Amino acid sequence: MTDRGAPVSDLRELYQEVILDHNRRPRNFRAMEGANRHAEGYNPLCGDRLSLYLQVEDGVIKDASFQGSGCAISKASASMMTDSVKGKALSEARDMFEQFHQMVTGNADPLAHPERLGKLAVFEGVRNYPVRVKCASLAWHTLRSAVDAANEVVEVVSTEAE
Amino acid sequence: MTSIASIAAPSQVGFNVRRIREDFPILRQTVHGKPLVYLDNAATAQKPRAVLDALIAYYSEDNANVHRGVHLLSERATQAFEDARATVRRFINAASTREIVFTRNATEGINLVAQTFGRTRLGPGDEVVISAMEHHSNIVPWQMVCQEKGASLRVIPITDEGALQLEEYERLLGPHTRLVSIVHLSNVLGTINPVQQMIATAHRRGVPVLVDGSQAAHHMMVDVQALDADFYVFTGHKLYGPTGIGVLYGKERLLEEMPPYQGGGDMISSVTFEKTTYNALPYKFEAGTPNIAGAVGLAAAVDYVTAIGMDAVTAHERELLAYGTAALSGVPGLTLIGTAPEKASVLSFVMDGVHPHDIGTVVDQEGVAIRTGHHCAQPLMQRLGIPATARASLALYNTREEIDALVAALHKVRELFT
Repeated sequence: MTDRGAPVSDLRELYQEVILDHNRRPRNFRAMEGANRHAEGYNPLCGDRLSLYLQVEDGVIKDASFQGSGCAISKASASMMTDSVKGKALSEARDMFEQFHQMVTGNADPLAHPERLGKLAVFEGVRNYPVRVKCASLAWHTLRSAVDAANEVVEVVSTEAE
Repeated sequence: MTSIASIAAPSQVGFNVRRIREDFPILRQTVHGKPLVYLDNAATAQKPRAVLDALIAYYSEDNANVHRGVHLLSERATQAFEDARATVRRFINAASTREIVFTRNATEGINLVAQTFGRTRLGPGDEVVISAMEHHSNIVPWQMVCQEKGASLRVIPITDEGALQLEEYERLLGPHTRLVSIVHLSNVLGTINPVQQMIATAHRRGVPVLVDGSQAAHHMMVDVQALDADFYVFTGHKLYGPTGIGVLYGKERLLEEMPPYQGGGDMISSVTFEKTTYNALPYKFEAGTPNIAGAVGLAAAVDYVTAIGMDAVTAHERELLAYGTAALSGVPGLTLIGTAPEKASVLSFVMDGVHPHDIGTVVDQEGVAIRTGHHCAQPLMQRLGIPATARASLALYNTREEIDALVAALHKVRELFT
């Protein structure tokens, strides 16, 4: 018998307890009254949809929330992302997008700078599941879209080409 | 009338799934350290050695271009290609090989009809009738031509179980209906539509019918004359043949009236800069060098299935579907999607609190390959009110043990997510 599959990896590496917990009880899972940034994320491949709301004051993200439907990875990613960008400057959020993206696509080692991503390092296992990278990054692409928009602009973020 | 059991029984005796599995080299492997359980057959089926051998033999011994060389290899290649057409004709019981057009796949067959028959027959206010359970490939080609011609789509609704509402279908057929295009076997629900009856209904009103047999041709006997289908499309790769080869059956009378689809070599009989005379059927619709090896491989696949016996295949898959339906129903929190009385080969499902994508990843780690997502049927997903399903789909080489492996993997899904 031949085995062409990837080396056997523990599913728990992908579905860390923290991720499963955020999937079961997503934080900041609500529409936001008075949000001044809003972006829509959509992954046409799997149908995941995400509405992201930010309240930005003086270049700082005061509040973040989301709504939508998706798999455990995408829901947990949005949940933990909204938690972690609260209180961050927009420039810091952009930075975090870059770092997160590099981590899940396997272009950066999160252990090199553990302080940068903090808890978000639990998504490192995603890099071993190439088809699931988009699930983890959908929320972050949507965030970048919301961060870059000067006004309240609704954008569709397609991560199909990632 | 002979009962189903008495038809199926004799061929069932010769059906040995263990022996059949040995014909499929790809099945002898492990993935992620587990034996491969391939249950994504509605996406594409695996290929028996007979098909692989036919491809190698064609390229090793006969390869040349068809219909033009006077040399021996070209003669042999042409013979092999036309023999393949004859094999396909027998397989679906078409009246003539002139009615068998080789395409890339079923999608191209539908586009061909939409762009030739559709463009010449449709005008402002005209209607094309499809159903709520169509694959995108039987929606978008009609949308494109309808938009261009000012025509519109009418959609036959389905029940919650996933059966067509036939009384609504009759109501939709009106003075402006120019064509019905309907799936034979739903890729998401497994529903077998009563196409013979639906064709008869349409014909009483003078409306021709295209049947999308992408999921049907490898699961059941298809007789295009008995169905009285005007067009029937299917693809080779779901029928254990190679990718890149498909078939459009069309009644000769209709194909004759239709303009060519693409221009180029092989579809002409004479060309001057002033005027081109088109070739006879079916070549009028086969511009350019065709997928010769693909046709040869498809014929080998048809021969393979025919030797086993389509009745035996249908009976085996029906038994497995019943087993799988019962087994999946026993998984806590699992809901089957598509429970029409007449169905085949497809087990779509959702699980409480678990997204289909997560189901797919977890069962893959157990060696089980299933499809998750919208299955290129987004309007159907909207009708069902779900974003996606997980789908296990059966082929002639699948076994009860493989269903058991799927069920065991689904229990792991439950463990992880609840």
